[in-house]
Amino acid sequence: MIQNIPFQPQDMSLHPQALTPDYRSSRLRSPNQKLLSLPAGPGELTGPTFGHGLIGPNDNDLIINYAAPGQAAIGEQLMVHGYLLDENARPVSNALLEFWQANAGGRYRHQKDSYLAPLDPNFGGCGRTITDNDGYYSLRTVRPGPYPWPNGGNDWRPAHIHFSCFGTGWAQRLITQMYFEGDPHIPLCPIVQSTADPKAIEGLTARLDMANTEPMNFRAFRFDVILRGKESTLFENKLEGN
Amino acid sequence: MARSQSASQTAGPYVHIGCTPNFAGLENMYGGHELGAEMFSSDAVGTWMTVTGQIFDGDGMPVTDAMLEFWQTDASGRYAPHGGSEGWGRRAVDAEEARYKLRTILPAGLGCEAPHIKVWIVARGINLGLHTRIYFDGQDNWQDPVLAAIDDPVRKSSLIATRDGDHYTFDIHLQGDYETVFLNV
Repeated sequence: MIQNIPFQPQDMSLHPQALTPDYRSSRLRSPNQKLLSLPAGPGELTGPTFGHGLIGPNDNDLIINYAAPGQAAIGEQLMVHGYLLDENARPVSNALLEFWQANAGGRYRHQKDSYLAPLDPNFGGCGRTITDNDGYYSLRTVRPGPYPWPNGGNDWRPAHIHFSCFGTGWAQRLITQMYFEGDPHIPLCPIVQSTADPKAIEGLTARLDMANTEPMNFRAFRFDVILRGKESTLFENKLEGN
Repeated sequence: MARSQSASQTAGPYVHIGCTPNFAGLENMYGGHELGAEMFSSDAVGTWMTVTGQIFDGDGMPVTDAMLEFWQTDASGRYAPHGGSEGWGRRAVDAEEARYKLRTILPAGLGCEAPHIKVWIVARGINLGLHTRIYFDGQDNWQDPVLAAIDDPVRKSSLIATRDGDHYTFDIHLQGDYETVFLNV
């Protein structure tokens, strides 16, 4: 049974370590002790599912899903799209993706954000969708602005969209951030640089996608999210009935 | 073609906008319904109980921007046997004391695993979501493989909720002398 095949381990050459002192908040929020490893059981290999019925027609359209009727969020219009896949490049279908981001000026609609950039009355900054059978997703939004943040120095976040991703199993649960190709803040940001491997940062960077950019309407950016996959040798053996 | 895992990045201080938008102040987002507000439908069979607790950093300060997710079996020891999200829940901790409250049913053990609720923790300053488990004082915990793998009694007790009738308390310490045991799942 494919359900009983464990996931590949988290690739700790790509994921950030818990303690990354240049990102100041990690100093007191990182465990000192090693994680305790355990063999995956049924609870790690299964997870909640959310039917397509959950999703409203505008849930993945941040330009209008918080706007007054006939109004729209201010900013550069974008489509962000791609695939949710596992490490074996198999689609992760019918999986919930949730998004959140700052507005075009770099301000979040959140009581804890006191940055002086104005709120946009027509922008909430929140969206969600469920992947289709091919693992495909898309959202429409405005490009988020970079913003300053308290980290002990003159720190600015690159423009980014937060992604919350469910897979088929609890062990695949992931929250990450999507950056934009060419953003000069990417090499300067202690949060981005918490991942030591340049390949990992490349994987978090969306590419301009002119083939799907709609003339006189919006630019497209392509971004795939890759979750842990099943151990493929086991998987192939099972498929062949060995 | 093999692909590399997408690296985790911190959920940051504004995770609520995306995951609990009504809590974040986005009035009536998604019809005012917060995903994961209920662990089970109210007619679920089992022993109903509450679990509450706080989450602390290495200085003992409340981690007031944390978000927790929970995943557990039903009273017969099965994970969402009919599909869907029964047995899964999500909480933003409160902004003053970093407290959460969960109303759920007592999970059942499965194989040699003692009854437990899986917990996943994200917040500003947490680069990769942390996994742990809530076990329950008074249950048959002795042969559970996770608890059996922990020798230090203080460490072991970090995974066992204390009981007062049908109410359990389970605090989470991200770092320090009372650091919770976190799992590599």
